Amino acid sequence: MEERIKVEQVSFTYEEAEDPALTGIDMKVQPGEFVAVLGHNGSGKSTLAKLLNALYIPTQGAVVVCGLDTRDEDKIWDIRQQAGMIFQNPDNQIVATVVKEDVAFGLENLGVPTEEMPGRIESALSAVRMNEFADSAPHMLSGGQKQRVAIAGILAMEPSVIIADEATAMLDPSGRQEVLDTVRRLNRHKGITVVWITHFMEEAAQADRVVVINQGRIARIGTPREVFQHIDEMRDLHLDVPHMTALAAELHKGGMPLPQGILSVDEMAEEVCKLLCPSN
Amino acid sequence: MLKNITMGQYYPVDSLVHRLDPRVKIVLAIAFIVAVFMVHTLAGYAVILGFVYMVSRLSNIPFKMLAKGLKPLRFILILTFLLNLFFSGEGTPLVELSFIRITREGLMQAIHYSLRLVFLVMGTSLLTLTTSPIMLSDGIELLLSPLKIIRFPAHELGMMMSIALRFIPTLLEETDKIQKAQMARGADFESGNLLQRAKAMVPLLVPLFVSAFRRAGDLAMAMEARCYHGGEHRTRMRVLKVTKNDWLACAVMAGLILLIVAEGLVLPMVEGIFL
Repeated sequence: MEERIKVEQVSFTYEEAEDPALTGIDMKVQPGEFVAVLGHNGSGKSTLAKLLNALYIPTQGAVVVCGLDTRDEDKIWDIRQQAGMIFQNPDNQIVATVVKEDVAFGLENLGVPTEEMPGRIESALSAVRMNEFADSAPHMLSGGQKQRVAIAGILAMEPSVIIADEATAMLDPSGRQEVLDTVRRLNRHKGITVVWITHFMEEAAQADRVVVINQGRIARIGTPREVFQHIDEMRDLHLDVPHMTALAAELHKGGMPLPQGILSVDEMAEEVCKLLCPSN
Repeated sequence: MLKNITMGQYYPVDSLVHRLDPRVKIVLAIAFIVAVFMVHTLAGYAVILGFVYMVSRLSNIPFKMLAKGLKPLRFILILTFLLNLFFSGEGTPLVELSFIRITREGLMQAIHYSLRLVFLVMGTSLLTLTTSPIMLSDGIELLLSPLKIIRFPAHELGMMMSIALRFIPTLLEETDKIQKAQMARGADFESGNLLQRAKAMVPLLVPLFVSAFRRAGDLAMAMEARCYHGGEHRTRMRVLKVTKNDWLACAVMAGLILLIVAEGLVLPMVEGIFL
């Protein structure tokens, strides 16, 4: 099957700026994949997100989403329907005064017949487990709940890709987990492709693949295990690695033959157990 | 549905009047204003009062609440009354005390204008008390939509109104946050004279404006990302329907206007016969 997103030799320069924000970006996202884009502030990762659903058009190169080139102006609304986007600030992306009406906003824009709306709104809200809040006012919800409403708003449009542009950056830890879990569930059960832009290592560690961006260029692409093995390189890019990966590296230096690229506490526990009682 | 939003003066109960189409209610409110201006006798005001009372009963809104709505208006009312009383020129004098001169016509006119004001406010309050802000903005948008032919931006206006409603609580919260942040840094919003207090608002308003503009930019991008491209080819989730009750309400209003017109024609004739 064809790739969902194809970014080919893309460079992008902001109108007022001299230096390009992105240079020579090449990446592909397969259907059903969960790709994390990792980078520190100002690395160009948000710019990349906005290129993916035609909010920005590349200065050079091409972005192809679901077979549609973002440079083609007639296809712009199809692309945005296919590649839904959630933003950083939960307050600034909710349009309506009632949750279900906000979910309807995208449908209204697409010209979906009124009779079809209630069904689609309900299934979108239940997919993010927010049905009981259908009639609530958005300002009464928590940050995590607002982001879930934003996801439902996109889901109702039946997209094949969800792009999350630092969707958890303004949330508290529990809200962050809530939103990430929701998106991962949609990825696994509905096969929706996810591009997850973040600067949290722990979130990137849960992805299928990680794209590390630094100063507008791709610094590294690979599975989280491959990427986080290069601890020193990551530190040079002002990025941390997950705590367990760092711990494993330290223990390795200290003479414990632990494998590289351990990502989670569970994995660490397992490896340490193996080392301590080899008989099991 | 909107019960946890306390904005404007919407009184969230269910009633016959609440369920009327907002477009119909807006038109009826305008018709009511016209009716009030057509009244020329005290009997006519009694009819209007009866009508207002009936609507308030039908809409489950305590009549007291309507009366309370007049409170902020009391100075204007008193001023209107006094100005008309003292400065309405020629007529049959009732009281003459050196420079004070009250005429019969002046008194009548003062009563007229004050009653008119009272009923204008009561009538329009009935509209805003029974219609949620979002329904009002829908109603205004749809009523103005025929003007699209002359390029009047009816859809944009409606969208602006509903976004404004959406962001009122958000901006209020933010104002509160900024105010506390500035107070923590020693800002004083409460003491001093009017000018000093106005000046103290600057450190509150500047950050609020900056953030409001940032929000506007973010929201515009989020709306575009969700395929917003103006009012064309757009469908609506809330569809307004004119029902039998709406026509009934129109009929009642027509009845009121007829009554007022008839009373305005008949009463002077009756007076003419007897006097």
